[in-house]
Amino acid sequence: MSRTKNAVWLLLILPGTLFVILFMLVPLFSLCLTSFFPDQSFSLSSYFRLFGDAYFQQTFMRSIRLSLLSTLVCALLGYPTAYYISKFSRHKGMMMAFAVFPMFTSPVVRSFSWMVILGKRGIVNNFLVWSGLFAKPQDLLYNEFSMTVGFVQLFLPQMILSLIGVMDNIPDDLTLAAGNLGATKLGSFFHVVFPLSISGLVTGSVLVFTGCMTAYTTPQLLGGTDTRVLSTMVYQYAMSLRDWTQASVVAVVMIVATMVISSVFNSVSRKINPMA
Amino acid sequence: MRKKNGALMLITALVYVFLIGPLLVIAAASFSETKALKFPGQGFTLEWYRKVLTMSSFISAAKLSIVIALAATAIALLLGLPAAYALNRYKFRGKETIKTLFLSPVLIPCIVLGFIMLRYVVNLYNLEVIPSLLIGHTLLSIPYVMRVVTSSLANFDFAVEEAACSLGATRVYTFFHIVLPNIKSGIASACIMSVINSFNNVSLSAFLTGPGVNMLPIEIMSYVEYHFDPTIAALATILMLATLGVMLLIEKTLGLQSVV
Repeated sequence: MSRTKNAVWLLLILPGTLFVILFMLVPLFSLCLTSFFPDQSFSLSSYFRLFGDAYFQQTFMRSIRLSLLSTLVCALLGYPTAYYISKFSRHKGMMMAFAVFPMFTSPVVRSFSWMVILGKRGIVNNFLVWSGLFAKPQDLLYNEFSMTVGFVQLFLPQMILSLIGVMDNIPDDLTLAAGNLGATKLGSFFHVVFPLSISGLVTGSVLVFTGCMTAYTTPQLLGGTDTRVLSTMVYQYAMSLRDWTQASVVAVVMIVATMVISSVFNSVSRKINPMA
Repeated sequence: MRKKNGALMLITALVYVFLIGPLLVIAAASFSETKALKFPGQGFTLEWYRKVLTMSSFISAAKLSIVIALAATAIALLLGLPAAYALNRYKFRGKETIKTLFLSPVLIPCIVLGFIMLRYVVNLYNLEVIPSLLIGHTLLSIPYVMRVVTSSLANFDFAVEEAACSLGATRVYTFFHIVLPNIKSGIASACIMSVINSFNNVSLSAFLTGPGVNMLPIEIMSYVEYHFDPTIAALATILMLATLGVMLLIEKTLGLQSVV
């Protein structure tokens, strides 16, 4: 009996397991292998070469800098928004739907909208010139500024939704109790609500950060040739320069950097959050 | 209290202008009569909609995107549903490993997935464009199916299945008549998320599309590189209306909360 049962579960999981192993795990393994064994023997030469390259260093640092900056802006904008929606808004369902809508909309469309808005003849430049702040239109596109704006708009909904998920589980009784015990509104926020919402902040930050580190559409459309990031660099090496080895090394670096920084986020949150 | 409320409300309003405003700007610009895309535009015309709906490159790319999204979701369901069922129903070693394996494609950046698919699958087996896209997009969809279906199976009481079996129903009959109806809303939301995700995907398709065979997002991106007219604004507006339609459908049937 147990033998036939064994056969059943094996039969059920086998096709999917084989599919993922064959088309993802084996290729991923080959990727790492070729990056560490450039000419049949183990060598970190590709990595040394890459990290010694000033162009790569700039790109690597830009990826991390822009991702951290976007995560910070998403947290600063997302927190009060989520707090308002979770605790004060009377139209919560609708507010959440409006946060989901951009998430479901193609990233190409969303990045493209900033090309219209931030362009030389876009609404922002028209305003800058009209108001007399600048004599002529500014370069707002194809730089780190436009990329950050694009990233924030792309991933802010994820931050808001993760925060709402956590804040909804904080009972209002807790703040009420804190108030009865003499805490000020601000005091009860910082000592009760904020510590309890840190886990949502971390989940959201990891989502935003990994999203920014790996996003391709936004840096491709809103970035310029001198503001490449890791993802556009992988594409450039692979498809334009046909340098498979360099592309592999950049890809491995991208995966590792994203994982390391995400786990740093998580461990920091465990340290400061006694509830986790 | 009121004052703090007011400040929060103001920030929230500004955040929503930032999130939704750009999309409205595109929609407004799509009706402009001026050749160069700008906002605010001039006049009112549906010319750009007529143009985009008669451009064969966009039409065929849209068709391919829809077909791949649906087919990949169907394959992901065929591979993921039995596995999710086995993980919840049977006791065996290495469950967590199998589950992680099914969820793992979502952990690999799409741009890397596209690259390794191209280098170690497509080039190795000399695959045509369509099968490559199907395999790649199925990989994207498997984690969605796995995550949502396992969580709805976790809420399913397998005693009901046992009861059906002890009353003489076969395992297969029980699965299709007892288990499946109970988790169908979970399956539906997994499918919707997976179709939307696949339809919007850029980084994977960027590596896997070939000459003459393009997915819609890639077609749009290459058009935008050389042209800056309201055609894309019109197309974007059509896509946004479709998104809105899908969201309304979800809200009416499953409730939006179930998919986010």
